[in-house]
Amino acid sequence: MLIIKNLRASIEGKEILRGISLEVREGEIHAIMGPNGSGKSTLASVLAGRSYVRVTEGSVTYCSRNLLEMTPEERAREGIFLGFQYPVEIPGVSMTNFLKTAVNEQRKHKGMEPLSASDFLKLMREKKEMVGIDSKLDNRSVNEGFSGGEKKKNEILQMAMLEPRLAILDETDSGLDIDALKIVAYGVNKLHKPDNAVIVITHYQRLLDYIIPDVVHVLYDGKIVMTSGKELAMELEKKGYEWVRREMEKND
Amino acid sequence: MPEKKEKDNIINEVTAGQYKYGFYTNIESEKIPKGLNEDIIKLISVKKNEPGWLLEFRLKSYRHWLTLEMPRWANLVIPEIDYQDIIYYAAPVQKSKKDSPDEIDPELKKTFDRLGIPLEEQKILSGVAIDAVMDSVSVKTTFKETLAELGVIFCSFSEAVREYPDLVKKYLGTVVPYTDNFFAALNSAVFSDGSFCYIPRGVKCPMELSTYFRINSANTGQFERTLIIADEDSYVSYLEGCTAPIRDENQLHAAIVEIIAEKNAEVKYSTVQNWYPGDHEGKGGIFNFVTKRGICRGENSKISWTQVETGSAITWKYPSCILKGDNSTGEFYSVALTNHFQQADTGTKMIHIGKNTRSTIISKGISAGRGQNSYRGLVKILKNANDARNYSRCDSLLLGDKCGAHTFPYIEVENKTAIVEHEATTSKIGEDQIFYCNQRGISTEDAVGLIVNGYAREIINKLPMEFAVEAQKLLQISLEGSIG
Repeated sequence: MLIIKNLRASIEGKEILRGISLEVREGEIHAIMGPNGSGKSTLASVLAGRSYVRVTEGSVTYCSRNLLEMTPEERAREGIFLGFQYPVEIPGVSMTNFLKTAVNEQRKHKGMEPLSASDFLKLMREKKEMVGIDSKLDNRSVNEGFSGGEKKKNEILQMAMLEPRLAILDETDSGLDIDALKIVAYGVNKLHKPDNAVIVITHYQRLLDYIIPDVVHVLYDGKIVMTSGKELAMELEKKGYEWVRREMEKND
Repeated sequence: MPEKKEKDNIINEVTAGQYKYGFYTNIESEKIPKGLNEDIIKLISVKKNEPGWLLEFRLKSYRHWLTLEMPRWANLVIPEIDYQDIIYYAAPVQKSKKDSPDEIDPELKKTFDRLGIPLEEQKILSGVAIDAVMDSVSVKTTFKETLAELGVIFCSFSEAVREYPDLVKKYLGTVVPYTDNFFAALNSAVFSDGSFCYIPRGVKCPMELSTYFRINSANTGQFERTLIIADEDSYVSYLEGCTAPIRDENQLHAAIVEIIAEKNAEVKYSTVQNWYPGDHEGKGGIFNFVTKRGICRGENSKISWTQVETGSAITWKYPSCILKGDNSTGEFYSVALTNHFQQADTGTKMIHIGKNTRSTIISKGISAGRGQNSYRGLVKILKNANDARNYSRCDSLLLGDKCGAHTFPYIEVENKTAIVEHEATTSKIGEDQIFYCNQRGISTEDAVGLIVNGYAREIINKLPMEFAVEAQKLLQISLEGSIG
């Protein structure tokens, strides 16, 4: 589904990603772990198409298409979803209106009729039930005045509504208490199907107790330095990122 | 590469300005010579077959205008206007008029059809009566008969002068005297047509009354005058729309609107102003210098102004309320958008004279491109206005970093029991907000539209339904090409 080859990218001339290769297949959950500043969020930004990140080398193929040539909205319509680390506030635009616009854009892209207001509200109710989010935020402005937990749960609800093929969750666990964390994880697991894939970006192993990854990658200084099964996350939790640094220096 | 070409086309289309109403109707027009002097004013008066008192009013106004200078206090850069280089009267010549006076010229009908303003009553938006004004004259007023059954008078200003001279004489210039300001004096001297509306005592006008102003001829100015009188216990909702062809020269529009609300009467006046704004380089566009004012004469009366201003190269406009009757209410709700090189200096005056009078001001400015947007408002509480209250809020939204937003609130309070509140905010559409929308599949243009409409929603919701939808689209179209 997603093939990243030797990806190099920089922000304002500073190289952040220094040759990343990665392959994600349908049905897989990948975890990308790494210390602060290792390039985790930059990788998410490249995949979602943020313009301030400049790709200098390498390729990204998504469902046999060159992802780097697609606009951010095209990527979204083609099924790439980014769960934001810091969801953005949009005053005056209700959650309902925002999501309805998003869902109908996607439907238009697929050649489907837009949903009527009542069908949309019905869909929203179903999805809320499915991911176990009892939110009363529909008439409030997008993310405005939401608590940290509400923002993250709201991202998962959006994911449920948009049914992405590839979901990238950028530190969705940061700032969550254990109850909110469980709700978020429950939602992600519910939405995970054999024909889609999830990339979970996280600093801590904690989330991976609830979302079990097939593959764990460790990102360090702009490179993937370790790739293994879910046990790697446990080991990392025990030994800390300092261990990764020492291992790296040994190899140098 | 055909795909690339298509994309280029889309970009061109989106950034081309998108003014949909810029066409010109090739219709024969009766024009008087350029220039302004007493002979021209007499000529206008003769053309309109006016009574002597009205000519006197015009000449007095003109003589006063000669003593005035164009106001320079607004936060606007106004190029020199040569008042001798303007045609002050232009009337489309209607072909079929002689055979059946109610029929309008097919060419005119086509024009208003293209503007989405059908002039045949059966096709008209349900519940809206329309007075259509092209250049200097009213070409058609719909539903006159239906309204007449209730005693509601809705006709062109010229017709009112002929048919209801006593009413016109009684109220003309009582809210905006010709001495009020430079443009008011000019309008009082040369005004050519406009709408007149009288709602008799106890009548709730069952349909929206609407005037649609169209400038068509080149080198002409439009100087219309609207007079609305709501007698005791009456209600009317009034709408105003305007468009003009795309031209490289600037054209002047200097109108006056006067509203009188008697005891317990309510007038709701809504404007969707979409004069040609000039191109993306600032060439052409309408100079919109308008004086609008209402007086709440009676107790418990109410006047409410709602405006969505997206057009004009320059807007200079302060719809105001004089709250004379005790317990009367004035409201001003405004969205003003400036894109490319547009400038707007707009706001309101709330003059509290009566006891327990209330006013609300909510102004939302949107600046994009190199647009400059100023809110200017006066809240004045006079000595005897015990327990007067005002609440004002001015919000500014900036798109990009070459535009400007300015706020000039003036507050004068002469009564200690008054409560005056003022809030102001400035915000910017951020790249983060746009990207967030993009990431959910929403294009940048749609994202801007969504965000701006969210911001303006509070005001748009005050408009009558059909116009709210129009206004929303208009805001989005006016901003196309503003985000690079």
